This record gives sequence, structure tokens and C-alpha cells, in this order.
Amino acid sequence: MSATGIGAAVKRKEDFRFLTGRGNYTDDINQPGQTYAYILRSPHAHAKINGINTDAAKAAKGVLAVFTGEDMAGVGGIPCGWGVNNKDGSPMNEPPHPALAIGKVRHVGDQVAVVVAESYAKAKDAAELIEVDYTELPAVAHMEAALAAGAPLVHDDAAPGNLCYDWELGDEAEVDAEFKNAAHVVSIDLTNNRLVPNAMEPRAAIGDYNKGTGEYTLYTTSQNPHVIRLLMGAFVLQIPEHKLRVVAPDVGGGFGSKIYHYAEEAIVTWAAGKVRRPIKWVAERSESFLSDAHGRDHISHADLAIDADGKFLGLKVYTKANMGAYLSTFSTCVPTYLYATLLAGVYTTPKIYANVKAIFTNTVPVDAYRGAGRPEATYLLERLVSKAARQLGMDQVDIRRKNFIPADAFPYQTPVALQYDSGDYEATLKKAMELADWNGFPARKAEAAGRGKLRGIGISTYLEACGIAPSAVVGSLGARAGLFESANVRVHPTGSVTIYTGSHSHGQGHETTFAQLVSETLGIPIDNVTIDHGDTNRIAFGMGTYGSRSLAVGGEAIMKALGKVVDKASKIAAHLMEASPEDVEFKDGKFTVAGTDKEVDFGTVALTAYVPHNYPHETLEPGLEENAFYDPMNFTYPGGCHICEVEIDPDTGVTQVINMTAVDDVGRVINPMIVEGQIHGGLAQGIGQALLESCEYDESGQLISGSYMDYCMPRADNFPGFQATTESTLCAHNSLGVKGCGEVGAIGSPPAVINAVLDALADLGVEDISMPATPQKIWQAIQSASVPAAAE
Amino acid sequence: MYDFSYHTPSTVADAAAAMSGAEDGKILAGGQTLLPTMKQRLASPSDLVSLRGCRDLVGIASDGSTVTIGAMTTHGAVAASADVKAAIPALAALAGGIGDPQVRNRGTIGGSLANNDPAADYPAAVLGLGATVVTTKRELAAEDFFQGLFETALEEDEIITAIRFPVPKSAAYVKFDNPASRYALVGVFVAHTSGGIRVAVTGAGQDGVFRADGIEAQISAGQTPDSSSIDEGGLNTDIHASAAYRKHLIGVMAKRAAAAAS
Repeated sequence: MSATGIGAAVKRKEDFRFLTGRGNYTDDINQPGQTYAYILRSPHAHAKINGINTDAAKAAKGVLAVFTGEDMAGVGGIPCGWGVNNKDGSPMNEPPHPALAIGKVRHVGDQVAVVVAESYAKAKDAAELIEVDYTELPAVAHMEAALAAGAPLVHDDAAPGNLCYDWELGDEAEVDAEFKNAAHVVSIDLTNNRLVPNAMEPRAAIGDYNKGTGEYTLYTTSQNPHVIRLLMGAFVLQIPEHKLRVVAPDVGGGFGSKIYHYAEEAIVTWAAGKVRRPIKWVAERSESFLSDAHGRDHISHADLAIDADGKFLGLKVYTKANMGAYLSTFSTCVPTYLYATLLAGVYTTPKIYANVKAIFTNTVPVDAYRGAGRPEATYLLERLVSKAARQLGMDQVDIRRKNFIPADAFPYQTPVALQYDSGDYEATLKKAMELADWNGFPARKAEAAGRGKLRGIGISTYLEACGIAPSAVVGSLGARAGLFESANVRVHPTGSVTIYTGSHSHGQGHETTFAQLVSETLGIPIDNVTIDHGDTNRIAFGMGTYGSRSLAVGGEAIMKALGKVVDKASKIAAHLMEASPEDVEFKDGKFTVAGTDKEVDFGTVALTAYVPHNYPHETLEPGLEENAFYDPMNFTYPGGCHICEVEIDPDTGVTQVINMTAVDDVGRVINPMIVEGQIHGGLAQGIGQALLESCEYDESGQLISGSYMDYCMPRADNFPGFQATTESTLCAHNSLGVKGCGEVGAIGSPPAVINAVLDALADLGVEDISMPATPQKIWQAIQSASVPAAAE
Repeated sequence: MYDFSYHTPSTVADAAAAMSGAEDGKILAGGQTLLPTMKQRLASPSDLVSLRGCRDLVGIASDGSTVTIGAMTTHGAVAASADVKAAIPALAALAGGIGDPQVRNRGTIGGSLANNDPAADYPAAVLGLGATVVTTKRELAAEDFFQGLFETALEEDEIITAIRFPVPKSAAYVKFDNPASRYALVGVFVAHTSGGIRVAVTGAGQDGVFRADGIEAQISAGQTPDSSSIDEGGLNTDIHASAAYRKHLIGVMAKRAAAAAS
């Protein structure tokens, strides 16, 4: 292993600029003649717009323009990127999503008008002069309310019953048959709590129009600028690709929330064409709460059939998924193809049925958030398995081991469409149990009891599907895009290299990890490599970063392009060494000819390619630059074991996480430090979901956790030092053997935390607690438990 | 933020004069509540009178029986003061537990008391210790100063200049943080004073900080305190804590504070 190659814990190349304030974020970019946009948003969850009077705002000092939904009526709506069919094969209800509201507002924060002015303050001042005549309508803030008979309709006739789709996977009757043979049936009802993504950098966008060339430019906080160019260009504004440049410069965190095409991007781009000046919009934090797509928000019931021996026979899952008021880009696939397909988990359950109803409510749209569907599936399954162990009087570990897919069973076809390529669940379980000292827990519990604390331990053995995704497969399931990735390797004349990748880094460390692939493959120092991304004018194409896909898909594209570079370079080297290309070997940056002392280094070959005086012109073009597109053959399947140990103060209900152990199979590790960092971040968000974070709406549809005063963001002192390590099997269908590590922390940990909390409270008779398990909820659970709490 | 006139007097007398002349003036102390409120356009004072230049309002003096803290003294300065630590360690600890370092380096005791946020920490110390609030016009006993949620006895142009804390035999403050904001969900200050046990509760009451006489009686009688005497009907309910949970926490925090102060 070289110091900067595959497997080396290289310090992140990008951190110098981030840590010294030299990053270049969207808000750092300013254009000559720039103006500022303020978006007027609905204060109501559901209201009819009778009229909007913008006269006073338009007349206000410094105002260039005010636009409403009527002005943008000729523009296409914000599209949804994935069509899901109902059980009966009919397409889902897909109501229009205008960039600026027309006729009705459907959630607090819905865009009503945009003011463009010489300064942000002037735009905001003028927005206060806009008179919107609303008639308030009854709202449905929660799924129960939306499904009630006679409920107000978010989209009227376009979505009867507030239903987007009623989808299923599997054969319910077949699974029912398994239940007839079951010795035990264990059932669970649970909620996967709604979360606000809260990336550190709020969303921002700058629209620009060049009247000389007719080109539009959008700078935006995006995880996938080419996807935005495609969606906005083709579906919303009808600007062809060659006249639309989308730049996503440094982006300060996304967690999924910056995948989607948002109305503000279309608004500033369109309006820039109208006012003929660049327009900048930057979200305020409270605006982010009301306009960034939220995450999770499922209500589920599940039944697990188990034989007398503890083997799972069948699983039935019924889930309601909140879509919010409009369909965000990937909202529809999250609770279906990224959720129900994961319900086998790491177990051999032979028959599985899932039914998912997607529901419209008068809330902010919901879409993918770190893990996207897979945390919801994992939480359901791992809570259910732990509950089954308790109900059957089995050991938490034994019930899992009894049902694991064995390490020699791969490739393994699940009953829910996926074929797992590799894994070793016993290995990650064993290592996690050792690291967490699982067997020493009873002594620690007794010691804690002596201090008046309730100690609990919880486990989750999980799996996820990432490396998204084989285009043909997702296309057959309704995806309206391919999910390949592209790469371009440009070798410069002196041997340094620029990689142009369609993956987008917004915290993941691609500039280091991808450079390590180059350093390893070409044998050149990592400082001679630059990773470029985020600009549709510089990058050939890209589907972006989400679903832990950058290395498994984007990295593979880079490897494929590097392979082409090495092929061509070997031919040039063969020419220089007067050898046959088949006899040339390339290792550690040097081309050699077997059995001779002939040698030429990579730099010399690069220079030869660009100064082709002595060159095989009859067979090779000059230059050394290669493109590759890579479309994966399968998803990748990281998995592992998370063990959480908590102590609860029964006097206050406060839970302290004492230990969090994560042993994850992420495939081959390119940079162990970056992988560990990714897992730490995921664990923080997973524990945050389990114990701290909750997005709450009141019955009228007002967001009551709309700031950090009420939305509990995790802080460093909420966590112990994590024990995070890897125990990998290699992915069987990509050259690097990589699986992905961005989401595993957030996927595996929530059920481990809640299982630990329930273990701590089990002696008191507490059987259920919902996320987030706040001190108040735990105190209430103790109060209402069947066994009275010890007297104070 | 809306436009306003900004005043920078160098003495508290000039500040009071500026307030008298303002149409809808606001005193700016550390700005930890006022400025965010103005940025959100929830407050629109015509005039902002900054006390930052009023050096006569800064400082800590201790004579063995009384600790006097100037209104513009920051939480950080109180927390770090050797005098406060020696005379009333519970007060230094309370100041050191407010907000985060940024807040403690800007926020002031006078600003906190004048704002009288029902979840603020300082009101518990002022009421719990039976402190005197000194203003440009008069001296107010703690009981008379606090008048309910965000309400005090201060007149429009009256400015807090200092707070005089009598040094107790012992005291302790224990709070339960709101998990999100980390303001006090419930905070209980217990003091053994020359006039007897005083217990003040912040964070919980619908009318802001209050004295818990039932708990005072329990501690005076040598009993382990509980919250049985607290009227749940007078407590706040929000997404973080019901009135019942707050009542319970008052008992737990009182027990812990009493133990720490004994």
C-alpha cells in the first residue's frame, strides 16, 4: 500500500480551504449587477388565494420586479422524478406543483410571490407591501387527518382521498398462507419520526441570463447539477442543455435535501431572464425549516410469522408515508423501491408482503434524507425482531443468528426483488459484540443499578442497498432517469491529472478519496491530482451524489477511464521502448518490459502524448485523456451490526448514550479515516433521530418546531466517543469491491438506540417508546408502565 | 431588521435621557434576545440605546455580606469572578451555565433581568437569594421586580444599574435543560439565607419565576423536598414538557439543589 493509495488514511485535501474560510459557496459568488430575491411564503397551511395586489411592492424603492404564480403560469411545474403505480397498475396521482402558487397555497412556506430588488433588505421590505387575499381552508397536517372520511383535500380532484398511490410488493395471499403455519405471530405498530435535514449551509441560488449569447446560468446548492439542468431545463423552463449551465460549487452539506429541484432555482433563473440582471436568493434558517424537503414520516404496522423453532416464516408490512403537499423529486420512490425492497434485511424470511400508501398533507414536501427508505425499513425490522425475541423469550442475538442469511449463500435472492451479492453478517456481529463487550453487560447493568441508573443494551443487525443504481432496473420500476455516472481523466503534458467527475462532493471527501484512486492506479503523488466537479460546463455529465453512490458508481467510472488511460499510455510506452504492448507492464508509475531493464515513467509518456515527435501516429491519436460512463450491474449491499448501550436516569427520564459501537461492511475501504468520519456523521444523525430530533406540526398545519429553540439538533455532548470500524467483504460486481459508507451510520443506529432504551426500561414493564425517545416520553412511559417505578 | 436610530451614550444618565426622548426606544445591553428578535422583524424599536459605552455599569464588588454586580457585567465575567466564586459559588456556576460561550461573552445580567424570559436562569438567583435590583430611579426587591412573563416593574425610561446579592450561608442552582434550546425547562435555586430557606423556580411557571413556599417549608423542616405542593395548573405545557412533567422535575431539581446546598 502506498502512502496515498488505496487503503491509506490520507488527510483530506479539501479541508485546508474549508477550515481556513477559503471555500467557495454559492453565497460567496457575486455577479456584476447582481440583484436579490425575497420569496414571500404562505403563512397558512391551506388557503385559497382570491387575489394578490403587488402594486405597492412594485412601486417601492429599489424594487425591479414582483412576480406571482400568474406571471409564471406559462412555465412548467416542478416535476417528480419517479412514477409509482398503484396495486391495480394505474399510475399514481401526480398533481401539479407550480413554482409559485396558483389559486391555492398548500403548506406553510409555500411560495406565493418573489420580489427582486437592489438589496435583500429592500426586497424584504417590499414583500411586506404585497397584499394577498386568502380564504383559509381547513388543513390536514397529519396522515391520520388526511385519511379521515370527508377530510379536506390538498389537491381537490387531482388526488381523491389525499392519496398519491396505494402500492404493493409481493403476494399478500401467499404470505397469509405462511401465517397459518406459524407458531407465533409478533406484531408492531410504529412511527418513523419526521426530520428536518438542517444542512449547515442553507440553500441558495443565483440565476443569470446573458442576453448576448442567450445562455442562462444557475449557481445552486445542489448535490447533482446535471440533474437540475435536466429537470429545470427540460421540464420547467424549456431551456435546452447547451443554453443552460448549472454550477454547484462548494456545498455545505446536503443529506439528501439538496438532491431535489426546488422552485427557488427555477424562479431565480426565469426571473433573471425577465429583469436581465443576475438574481441571488439565499434561504434564511427559518425559511429552510419551511422549504427544504423533510425526511422520513412513516406510520407502519407489521406482523412477523415465526415457527416453533424461532425461524421467520413471513412478514407483512403496512405503511403510510407522508408526501407533504407536493411530490418532491424522489419522494415517491423512497417509501417504495428504497424501502419495501429492504424488508428482508439480513434474514432468510421466505415470504414478504408490503403495502404502502403515500399520502398528501398540508406540510412541507418529504423526500430522501440520509438513508432514504432504508432507515425506515431497518427501524421497523430491527424493532420487530427485538420485540419477537422478548415475546418468545429468546436471546436478542440468538434470534438474529438463527435467521441470518449464511455467508455461503451469496448471491442471495430475497423475496423482495433484490439479489444480495456479498456479506458476512456473523462476522460483523461477532466483531461488534467483542468491541461492545456484549457479554460483560450484566455486570455493567448491576453496577449502574447501584447508582440508581437503568442501563440497557440494544442491537441492530442491518443491511442496506446503495450504489444507486442499475439504470435498466430502476427504469423498469418507474425511475425517469438513468443512474450511471461519468468520469473524464485528463492527463496533462507534465503528468499531473485532473479528474472531471459527475459525482458531487458536499462533505464526503471526494477530492481525497478519488485522488487516492488515481495515485494508486497511475503511481503519481496525490498532490499531482485535482478532482473537479459541480459544473455542467466542465463535466461531461453526472447523476450526482446520493444513495452512497459516489465511490461505487462515480469511483468505478473513474477507474474505467483510468484503465483506458493506462491502456493508451502502455501503447505509447511500448513505442518508446520499442517493445510490443503485450510485453509492457505498468507498476508504481513505471512502464517496464518483462525480462529487460527497459523503463519509462508515466510523466515521460504523458509528455510524449502531447509532444508527439517520436510517436505511433499511424495507430494512436496524440493526447492522453479518456472518458468513461459506468452503469452498475446491481445495487451494493453494505451492512453490519450496531450496538448501543444507554443509561437512563429514572428520576428525569434522561437517556445518556454510554457506548455506540458500529461494525460495518462497506466493502473495500479506500480511506479509513474518511470512512470513519462518514460513519460518525451517520451515527450522529441516527442517534439524533432516535433521541433528539422531531419535526412537529400542530393540527392547523403550523410548524411548531420551526427553529433551533424547539427543533433539537444533536450536539457533540449528546454523544460518547464512537467505536466505529469496518469488517468488510468485497462487493462482487465492481472492480474496486466497494459498497458505500455514507448512510450506514444513520441506517443501522436508530433501532439499536431504541432497543437499548427499551432494554433499560424492560424491568419496569415498558414495551414501546416512539422516536425521539425524549426525557418526557421516557418519564411518561415509566409513569404508565405496568410495574411501578421505584419510589423517589 | 427595520431601520432605527442608534444611540451610544457613555453614562447611564445619558442613556436614560435618550430613552426619555425616544418614541419607542429600547435599551440594548448584550443583545442576545433583542437583536435576534429584531432580525426576525418581530421587534421594531424606533431607537436603540446601547449601554455598551456605559462603563459605570460594569463591574463586580464584594464586601463579605453583599455581592454587587453592575448591570452590564457579562455572564462570562460573573462566572469567572473570584469574588463571586468565593462569596456565592452557586451564582458563578449559574452564570457559567447560561447559553454557550458566545452568549456568555455578550449577554449581561441586567439585560437578562430586564427581559425576564420565563426560562432564564438569573431570575431564579435574584429571587432565590432575595437580591435587590438597583435602577436609575429606585431600588426594587426581587419579589417586586418580577411581574410575569417578560414583564418587570421597570418603567419605560428606567434602567437597571446593578444587582445587590446578599451572601447566603449556602446555595445551589440545579436546572434541567430544554433539550433543544438548552434554556431551563425547570431550574430550582435553593438558598440558606439569614432570613431562612428561599427556593425560586424558573422555566416552569406560566407567570415566570416564582418562590416555592411548600418546598421552602419542607427543606426548613429537614425533609427531602418534593413537588407535591406545586400547583400543576400554574405551570407551562409545550412540546418539550407537559405541566405534569415540569411539576415532577421541580421536585427532582429541588431535591438535588437542596442536597447540593446543604
